[in-house]
Amino acid sequence: MQKYVMRRLLLAVPVLLLSSLIVFSLMRVMPGDALIALMGESGNVGQKELAKLRKDLGLDRPYYEQYLLWLWQMVSLNPGDSIFTNEPIPVSLKKAIPVTVELATLAMIIGIAIAVPVGVLSATRQDKPSDYVGRVVAVSGLSIPDFWLGTLVITFAAIWVHWIPPIGYVSLWDSPWRNLQQFLLPAAVLGFRLSAATMRMTRSTVLETLREDYVRTAWAKGLAGRIVVYKHALKNALIPVVTIIGGQLGVLLAGTVVVEQIFALPGMGRLTVEAILYRDYPVVQTNVMLVAATLVTLNLLVDLTYAWLDPRIRYQ
Amino acid sequence: MATVPVRVATFEEPSASVHRLQALWVTMKRKPLGAVSAALLAVIVLTAIFAEVLAPYDPLETHPEIRLSAPSWAHPFGTDDIGRDVLSRIIYGSRISLWVGLLAVGIGTAAGMVIGLLCGYCEGRLDLIAQRFMDAIQAIPGLVLALAIVSVLKPSTTNAMLAIAIVIIPGNSRIVRGAVLTAKQNRYVEAAQALGCRHPRIITSHILPNVTAPILVIASIWLGNAILIEATLSFLGVGTQPPTPSWGLMLSSTGRAFMEQAPWLAIFPGLAISLAVLGFNLFGDTLRDAWDPKLRRQG
Repeated sequence: MQKYVMRRLLLAVPVLLLSSLIVFSLMRVMPGDALIALMGESGNVGQKELAKLRKDLGLDRPYYEQYLLWLWQMVSLNPGDSIFTNEPIPVSLKKAIPVTVELATLAMIIGIAIAVPVGVLSATRQDKPSDYVGRVVAVSGLSIPDFWLGTLVITFAAIWVHWIPPIGYVSLWDSPWRNLQQFLLPAAVLGFRLSAATMRMTRSTVLETLREDYVRTAWAKGLAGRIVVYKHALKNALIPVVTIIGGQLGVLLAGTVVVEQIFALPGMGRLTVEAILYRDYPVVQTNVMLVAATLVTLNLLVDLTYAWLDPRIRYQ
Repeated sequence: MATVPVRVATFEEPSASVHRLQALWVTMKRKPLGAVSAALLAVIVLTAIFAEVLAPYDPLETHPEIRLSAPSWAHPFGTDDIGRDVLSRIIYGSRISLWVGLLAVGIGTAAGMVIGLLCGYCEGRLDLIAQRFMDAIQAIPGLVLALAIVSVLKPSTTNAMLAIAIVIIPGNSRIVRGAVLTAKQNRYVEAAQALGCRHPRIITSHILPNVTAPILVIASIWLGNAILIEATLSFLGVGTQPPTPSWGLMLSSTGRAFMEQAPWLAIFPGLAISLAVLGFNLFGDTLRDAWDPKLRRQG
C-alpha cells in the first residue's frame, strides 16, 4: 500500500509539472505580453513605465527563467502579488480557499445524500413510479445548467418566500447560522448537479448487485429487505459509485466557479473569474495550478478508498 | 490465410454502417426516450437553420416603448430591457449554441482521434509522452481550462469554441487510443502488416472503421456538454459578446439584472439551454446503448 501511494505520488509530479508548463505557456501566448494586455490597452501608460513594470515583474527575462522562477515561487508557497490589486496572492488565497472548501464539502454531502438513497430507491423499485421520478430527476440534474438553477432559486426565493441569502460573507466560526444561510442554497444547487451522475450509477450498480447469487442467498435466509439492500448489496455496489464521485470532483471545482459568481461568495472560483476578466495572469496561473494539484490529490484519495470499500482490492 | 482477413475488412465497411443504423432504430423502438430526444434535436436543428423564417422579429431590433413586457400573443416570451423580442433572440441563439457545439466537438474529436490513433498504433515513447500531456490537460477542470484559454485569446464566440475544442481533446484521444489498442489485436491487422501494407493505409482502412462507433458516441455526448460550456462562458462574460443573441449571455445580461421584475428573461433562455443539453444527453445515451454499450461505464 505504501509503495503504491509513493508510486502514485511520484507519477503525479510529472503530470503537475506538465500542467504547470501548459498553464505558464498559455499565459505567455497572450498577444504582446501580459502587461501590455493589461495596461497598454487603455493607452494611458507610456513605454517607459511599461518597461519598468515589465522589469519589476520579471517579464523581461527569458521564458525559461520566468518559468523556473514561478515554479520556485509556487513550491516555496510564495507565488507573488496580484498585478491588479497588488495584494500578495497567498493573502487572497487564504481568504478564498475556506469559502470554496466549505461550499464544495457541503455540496458533496448534499449531492451524496440525494444520490445514494434515490439511486437505491430507483433500483429496488425498478420500473415503478418512484423509479421514473428518480430517473427524471437524474437526467434533469445533468441537463439543467447550475447558473440557471441558481438564478431561478434566488428569484423564486425572493418572489415567493420574500427571502434572499444574507449579503456579505460571514465565516462559519463568526456566525454559524448566518454562514449556513449563505451557503445552503448554493451548496444545494451544486449538490443537485453532482447528484445526477452518482444517482444514475448507484441505480445501475445496485440493480446489478441485487441479481448476484449472494444477495439471492441473503433473501433466501429470510433477512429483512433493508439489511439485504444496505448491508449486503450497497457496500459492493459502491465501488463504481466512488469512481463516479471521483470523476465528479472536476465538475465540483468547476461548479464552484459559477455558483460563487451567482451567490456572490468570495471563494477561489470568483477570484479566478475576476482575475481572468482583469487579465491578472499571476493570480490566474496560480489558481489554475492549485486547482490542478487539488484534483490530482483528491483523485489519489478516491483510488485509496477503493481498498477500504472492497478489501479484495490490493494495491501493488 | 493472409487474403481472407483483408477481404473481411473490405466487406464489413458498408455492412457495418447499415448495421449501426439498424441497431439505432431497434434501440429507439425499444426505448422511446431515444426517439423523443431525436425529435427534440430535429426541432432545435431546424429552428437554427430556419431562424430567419421562424423568428417573428429581428433579434437586434429595439423598441424601448415596450421594454420588459410580459409574455403576450404579440411577444410569446416577452421583451427584454430594451424592448427586443425574447422569442426571436432565443430562436437566433440556437444558431450560436449549435454552431459552437458542432464546430468545437468537430475540432476536438478530429484532433483527439488523430492523437488517439497515433498513440494507440505507434505506442512506445510517442504514446507515453502524448498521454502524459493529455493527463496534464485533464488535471485542469474543463471549465477552468476553457476560462484560462479564453482569457488569453480575448472573449469571443470563436475563441470560446476553440477553448471547448481543446478541453474535449484529451478524453477523446484516450477513448480512441483504447479502441485502437483493441482493434490492433485483430488478425486482419496482423495480416495487413504481414502483407506489407503501409502504416497510413492500415490505420485508415483497417483500424479507423473499427473505432468510429466509440468516436461518434462520445462526440454526441460531448455536444450537450459543449453547449453547456459555451452557455457558461457567455454567462460569465467571456464567451459570445453583446448584442449577439446567445442563451447564456441572455441569462447573465438581462436575466439576472431584471429577474424579480421580469422572470421570463431568466426562465426561457435557461429552458432552451436545458432542453438542448437534455436532447443531446439522451440521444448520446441512445447511441451508446445501440452502438457501444461497453462505453456505459466510461461515459
